[in-house]
Amino acid sequence: MDKDELIHLHVDVDLPYRWAAGRYGSIMLKALRDEKKILGNCCPQCNKVYVPPRVVCGPCFVAPDEVVELSDTGTLAGYSVVNYPFIDPETGQKRPVPYTYAYIQLDGCDSYLSHLIDETDPARLSPGMRVKAVFRSDADRVGRLQDILHFKIIE
Amino acid sequence: MSQRVGIIGFGQTYHRSRRDDVTGIELINEAVRSALEDAELTIKDIDAVVIGNMDHFEAVNYVDTWSVDGSGAWMKPLIKLTTGGTTGSTLGIAGYHHAASGLFDVVLVIGWEKNSESDTTGAIITCSDPIFDRFSFSGALPGLAVEASAYIKRYGITEEDAARVAVRDRTHGANNPYAQLQTPVTVEEVMKSPMLSWPIKLLDICPRSDGAAAVIFAGERKARQMCPQPAWVHSTAVRHSHAYFCDVNYEELHTLEGAVRELYDHVGIKEPLKELDVVELYQPYSFAGLKWIEAMGLCKPGESPRLIWDGATDMGGELPFNPSGGVICTNCIGATGLLRIGEAALQVMGRAAGRQVPDVNLALATGFGGAYWSDLMLLGRRPW
Repeated sequence: MDKDELIHLHVDVDLPYRWAAGRYGSIMLKALRDEKKILGNCCPQCNKVYVPPRVVCGPCFVAPDEVVELSDTGTLAGYSVVNYPFIDPETGQKRPVPYTYAYIQLDGCDSYLSHLIDETDPARLSPGMRVKAVFRSDADRVGRLQDILHFKIIE
Repeated sequence: MSQRVGIIGFGQTYHRSRRDDVTGIELINEAVRSALEDAELTIKDIDAVVIGNMDHFEAVNYVDTWSVDGSGAWMKPLIKLTTGGTTGSTLGIAGYHHAASGLFDVVLVIGWEKNSESDTTGAIITCSDPIFDRFSFSGALPGLAVEASAYIKRYGITEEDAARVAVRDRTHGANNPYAQLQTPVTVEEVMKSPMLSWPIKLLDICPRSDGAAAVIFAGERKARQMCPQPAWVHSTAVRHSHAYFCDVNYEELHTLEGAVRELYDHVGIKEPLKELDVVELYQPYSFAGLKWIEAMGLCKPGESPRLIWDGATDMGGELPFNPSGGVICTNCIGATGLLRIGEAALQVMGRAAGRQVPDVNLALATGFGGAYWSDLMLLGRRPW
């Protein structure tokens, strides 16, 4: 069959979801919204500190029941400056580029936090750089990880 | 009741960026007919079917039932599996388990994808945690680029080192009539290609493909009856390690390290570079062809560029990687891991035609998922 004769159906889907943040997720997101604090939790067996806080430490399979406050400063572990366009499933729109996607090890924490850096020149970024959280204004924090607007370089 | 298992047939489609001429069901059927023809079997010989893809790409979440005509699973035992990037290797391992259990003798395993039907990056992002990962997660490229950024800084690896890996796979891909990309490229061309997600450029990364693969596993008695030289399954290994993307250990790929250690110990491999004959590595981007071969124990951390530039992993080298051109030449994601297994089987069976490595006794196929988990299947010429 000729290419011109092949039929395609183009459909845009709007499919709302409602996700539970869970007990520990809610504790963390409330502290972010109300106090601009970043909380993690600590495994009593291996002493590893996790962010986001969670109901179980995977390697030990015990509850990390001690909630700890983490610093809003940390170290850049890995990053990429994203230059190509794609549809963001969060919005259904193209996500604006360029932006910098990063893994940040907060001081006092063993796992990383996925977030954004407000610098998009790869020449001005390097693993090991010190970064600090920039919070949204009181009116704009609603209890989600994006209540941290981004991280900025502090050296 | 358990039995040894061999691969007795492999079929695949001619992979393309778009297959506008077929539906998913028709694409699946092409691979199934090709595998049955390869094994000289009919659908009546098949006792059970295992099928999978990353179903959020096509948004058909009922693939087992939906594709039953194309797959040939009508009124047969059928199961669907989806594990993200590792879907194809999971399928292969599950097919092996089905036959090895002795509950089924001949098992048809199918992996497929029509990546052209949706926005690949948007669809991949839906794999991530909606509360803590999703707003920043940016799909496969940046997810891999963060690993590369930490690795190249730590060991002084250059972007040219990675480009040489892409050159190898693109050169090999020219020998594979099924590959989507069959044009060789140079280091200069890789370096000049557009920067998509620093430090990954267009020619460092796999394409998006429409395609399907089908592999037939059989228990020992049937395998010997049905096939003059099966590719015998020696061992498999699987490792998962974390919940959130931000939990990944970007310094080492410890899922692959753990999986190869189990597999090498199981079959008694001490020097993998010498003892393995060919590797089909699930290598979605060029930098992985450096860091991950260190995780496989082929050299010390940071020393992989020497092996790559010396041609040790080229066709004719000490341990050829990706004779098929690998993932950098073809990436129909739900089929990708199964293509590694099927291509490794062809090498062991001596049926890889223009991409055959001479005298293959042991062939390793790997699988990788975007959240840094690892699967392995080792195939050999004699039953293990």
